[in-house]
Amino acid sequence: MRAPAPAWAAQLNDATIDAARAAIGGALLDAVEIAGEVQLHVTRDGLVAALIALRDTPGLEYQQLMEIAGVDYPDRAERFEIVYCLLSLTRNHRLHVHVGATEDTPVPSVTDIWPVAGWLEREVYDMYGVLFSGNRDLRRILTDYGFRGHPFRKDFPLTGFVELRYSEEQKRVVYEPVKLAQDFRTFDFESPWEGAQYVLPGDEKAKLPEAKGAPTPATATEVQKAGAAQTPKQDAPAPSQPYAKKDTTSTAETGAGRAETDAVPKPADPDVVPSKGGGQNQ
Amino acid sequence: MTDTPVTDSYVEKEQAVDREVDPAIEKILHATDAAHPTEGDVAIQNYTINFGPQHPAAHGVLRLVMELNGEIVERIDPHVGLLHRGTEKLIEYKTYAQAIPYFDRLDYCSPACMEHTFVLAIEKLLDLEVPIRAQYLRVFFAELTRISNHMLNLGSHVMDVGAMTPNLWMFEIREDCYGFLERATGARMHHNYFRPGGVHQDVPLKLLTDIADWLDTRLPRLFEDAISLVADNRIFKQRNVDIATVSREDAIKWGFSGPMIRAAGIPWDLRKSQPYDVYAKMDFDVPVGTRGDCYDRFMVRVEEVRQSARIMKQCLAEMPEGPIASLDRKVVPPKRAEMKRSMEALIHHFKLYTEGYHVPAGEVYVATESPKGEFGVYLVSDGSNKPYRCKIRPTAFSHLQAMDFMSRGHMLADTTAILGAMDIVFGECDR
Repeated sequence: MRAPAPAWAAQLNDATIDAARAAIGGALLDAVEIAGEVQLHVTRDGLVAALIALRDTPGLEYQQLMEIAGVDYPDRAERFEIVYCLLSLTRNHRLHVHVGATEDTPVPSVTDIWPVAGWLEREVYDMYGVLFSGNRDLRRILTDYGFRGHPFRKDFPLTGFVELRYSEEQKRVVYEPVKLAQDFRTFDFESPWEGAQYVLPGDEKAKLPEAKGAPTPATATEVQKAGAAQTPKQDAPAPSQPYAKKDTTSTAETGAGRAETDAVPKPADPDVVPSKGGGQNQ
Repeated sequence: MTDTPVTDSYVEKEQAVDREVDPAIEKILHATDAAHPTEGDVAIQNYTINFGPQHPAAHGVLRLVMELNGEIVERIDPHVGLLHRGTEKLIEYKTYAQAIPYFDRLDYCSPACMEHTFVLAIEKLLDLEVPIRAQYLRVFFAELTRISNHMLNLGSHVMDVGAMTPNLWMFEIREDCYGFLERATGARMHHNYFRPGGVHQDVPLKLLTDIADWLDTRLPRLFEDAISLVADNRIFKQRNVDIATVSREDAIKWGFSGPMIRAAGIPWDLRKSQPYDVYAKMDFDVPVGTRGDCYDRFMVRVEEVRQSARIMKQCLAEMPEGPIASLDRKVVPPKRAEMKRSMEALIHHFKLYTEGYHVPAGEVYVATESPKGEFGVYLVSDGSNKPYRCKIRPTAFSHLQAMDFMSRGHMLADTTAILGAMDIVFGECDR
């Protein structure tokens, strides 16, 4: 670890994982060390027993619960992850305990182990809608009175759904649907040169079957005909004789295929040097 | 000498008044309401009052729903969240560099310490080395911020319990701190100074010498004068000693940290036990309380100011020359002058200020000793240039939650002392 991060006793990580395996037993799904921190993944049912074991087992002694964090992973079967950050004052060590949950599967409350969990669980409930069975005071905590929805879920828009203002007519604060003066701007920083796994913005048509091409532009005569049809009364001025026949359609008129009348070869362009093999430009 | 008989006669007179109480009034005064609820006119039921959300002693937008029995607090239900801005959600939509200013706006009384935690968390995920001068600068300004934070808290605490003058003197110090921070960072409050890999810019030598002078002369004079007015003041002690005592067990159970856990008698300071940056090299003492009451919390903070000044002096003495930010150009952008000359620097500058850097996937919980206690960041990265989740652990959440059991049985007027000794700022509590 080269970073000057807080230096707690990270050398105890391996010993902690072994001790936790012994203390928690079957409820422990996984124990890994990522970025120098121990993560214990436990089952929902075994959570309370696991945390009591972590607090009371000599050699683990995690006396303090510092934080409960909720994380939303919409792709997972159990969408939410609840993370309990524990601190041992005596061993000077930290770890986090992870447990999965969905909207319908309540997580057992740890308020009986650490009373501080009361508000922390309320916050997770408020932000993610995860229920905690056994928490006797599971009200919303940070959002407005009467708020609907759980704002930190990944599918909740950043702007929310309602905005409030003081209404001069009604003499009170009113809620209205959000009206944005400018569309929400989100920038995509996944580099297309590294192979984006999705359709890039503005590139939606690339994968569709070839659409019918644009119509061929009308020729001058077609335009003229259309104009003549619309204005039949107006007589066009009679074309003068030399230009009456503009288009040459037969070879007799163009002179194609006939021998050149003057057989004298053209003088070579003094500026052009002919290539030896008679290149395609010659 | 002439005073003594006057005082004696006054006391006698008062006692005489006491003796001459009308028996009927005496009966009413000593009537026990519980046993005879119909007797007398002093039968009072519990009632609920609303404290805040706009109240000068609430230190921000705090609403306390208090159930009182007469003037005795039976129950307190704090309502927080009136300043909730969804910082954590906003951070998920910003690159790492764009998220740092949000931390200034959490605990706006100690912005540098908030930045410190986030920056350390990013560095831990990146495993990024930080030059030694940058570490010294960060510790130096974090301690200056701690002094500034404690000036506000100590000052408003003494004002909450009735004293006026010390607050004004301490605001002088706070103003000095803001002046120094402005000279270093360009902003009085919202610095955005700490960056992953170091700090934003170097400080001029004159600023360091000015702060050194200030630490030697102005700070001790103003601070010790202000504290001498209250530390041994009889009224101040009456309002704080033995108010809201918290045992060690309760402090641990309720997740206390910082001055709150130290006042309860546990010598726990993250700067000492889990040193980050150059705190390991610093020589300072951790003050510890003996009774765990509001007075101890106050005096722990007073001593912390002195220790902070000590740390700052050591920083000034030991700070080496050198780069102030990591030279890893994939994280730390080049300076503008360099960008004007070098194509490589121009590319880095453009990429870092548009896309930002990608942080390796992982999850860390990094906590530092902010002036108010343990301020933590639980940072989840999915390998992109934006945090997947950034949970902020406010110090106020656990402390304010304990308000209920700490205030129970105390008088209504004590709640302001209890709240003042907790040091709550709602930018941080509500996020």
